[in-house]
Amino acid sequence: MEHYHMNLTLKVWRQKNTKSKGNFDTYKVKDISSEMSFLEMFDVLNEQLIKEGKLPIAFDHDCREGICGMCSMFINGQPHGPWQQNTTCQLHMRAFKDGDTIVVEPWRSQAFPVVRDLMVDRSAFDRVIQAGGYISVNTGNAVDANAIPIDKKKADEAFMAAACIGCGACVAACPNGSAMLFVGAKISQLSLLPQGDPERESRALNMITQMDKEGFGNCTNVYACEAECPKGISVANIARMNKEYLHAGLGTEEN
Amino acid sequence: MGLTGFFLITFLIVHCFINSMIFFNDGGETFNHWGHFMGSNLIVRTMELGLFAFLILHIVQGLILWAQNKAARPVRYAMNKAEKNSKWYSRSMGLLGTLILLFLILHLYHFWVPSRFGGMANVQVLETTTLGGYSNQEAHNLYLAMQQVFQNNLLVVIVYVLGVFSLFWHLLHGFQSAFQTFGINHKRYTPIIKGIGVIYTTVICLLFVLMPVSIYMNWIN
Ligand code: HEM
Ligand code: SF4
Ligand code: FES
Repeated sequence: MEHYHMNLTLKVWRQKNTKSKGNFDTYKVKDISSEMSFLEMFDVLNEQLIKEGKLPIAFDHDCREGICGMCSMFINGQPHGPWQQNTTCQLHMRAFKDGDTIVVEPWRSQAFPVVRDLMVDRSAFDRVIQAGGYISVNTGNAVDANAIPIDKKKADEAFMAAACIGCGACVAACPNGSAMLFVGAKISQLSLLPQGDPERESRALNMITQMDKEGFGNCTNVYACEAECPKGISVANIARMNKEYLHAGLGTEEN
Repeated sequence: MGLTGFFLITFLIVHCFINSMIFFNDGGETFNHWGHFMGSNLIVRTMELGLFAFLILHIVQGLILWAQNKAARPVRYAMNKAEKNSKWYSRSMGLLGTLILLFLILHLYHFWVPSRFGGMANVQVLETTTLGGYSNQEAHNLYLAMQQVFQNNLLVVIVYVLGVFSLFWHLLHGFQSAFQTFGINHKRYTPIIKGIGVIYTTVICLLFVLMPVSIYMNWIN
């Protein structure tokens, strides 16, 4: 791949804290290598800001290898930028060319309040998982991993659902701010497996109740989530969640 | 939304099928026969109540959905390339539904109101003996009513075409969406369901568009 350098204009959302209003600030960066990642470009910009005595831009990141799901940035109108099935940290500057203007915003969702600049609080996801994303395990010695036979197809589907990294791009992309791709994946990865069977009904009910409580919107099957998900999580998981919910809602004695 | 949507989809099949009888070119005889059957049948009249209940429910659900989903995204993006990840009509179900509703008000005013509340009885009563089957009952000549509404009335025809156009996009999303809502998403069957949805939507909307257009153009008599 051809290596080149570029000068860019960045319009970045700056916001002091959750309560303050926030606005876009414009910055120029020079000599950015096409081999840098998007976050490395932000590192360069922040070094520059520190030298100028200004406050650096706050943004979330951790692994920088596409597995932790922290690097939430809405880049030029798309979560995680223009590349498909890709996170911001894995977005390389070769996706842009010299002279480009790039607009960077935080995730916009009632359930994900902005903490500062581009950082949002995604603990709503944690609370949804706490509401039902667990299984019962016997105490004592750990059981042999292969003690329970599992249909290969189901194991594969559960694994694909488990690939969700909880990044929140689905919520960010959805015009309704719905979290149903995330919750669908988290419900599916457990309900498809025999280990997840005991809590199957209460899990669906409790996680969906929590999801609504957090202020996420409702799915109207726009499927923007699937198109923008860095892990290619399928909307089939949303259908499965709807089915689980229907079964649980009709069949259970809990409320 | 899914359940009420399914019901409305089923209604549209019956509605479209019966109205298509005007294409028999028999001066509306077959159409009037079935129109009378539907209008004078207790079961159908009961179902009509259900239809209105479901339509209102569908609209109320839609409004609640719209309000909740708007609240879930209070701050809009300055730059949003939604066209890269989804279809415009999937994102515009509320708008399309509202356009359909506006059209429906006019539509009900044209046919349903006069037929139910007497406006039609004075001018367009048929002797049912000519319709066969029903002895000595009065039946509305709904075919004549159609002609009176559409003939020489370009503006009304255009509004009807636009109404059906909105319905087309609403159903193109809605048909497959209703299955997903009920948890049906299958590697083999979902592409078939989507295909049937496209065919259903196209056929229904084409027939509905043809009705006012062919009456206006005098293609049928
Ligand atoms: C002839 C009439 C109509 C039919 C056949 C119809 C059909 C449908 C169907 C099948 C769905 C999808 C259900 C789902 O996703 O679970 C839907 C959704 C929806 N409809 Fe209608 N509808 C009609 C009229 C209306 C009207 C008058 C409104 C008025 C406001 C409306 C507003 C909506 C909204 C907001 C949605 C939700 C968006 C979504 O689920 O994607 N519809 N409709
Ligand atoms: S479903 Fe995809 S987009 Fe949503 S949180 Fe999981 S990995 Fe991110
Ligand atoms: S920083 Fe971990 S996924 Fe991007």
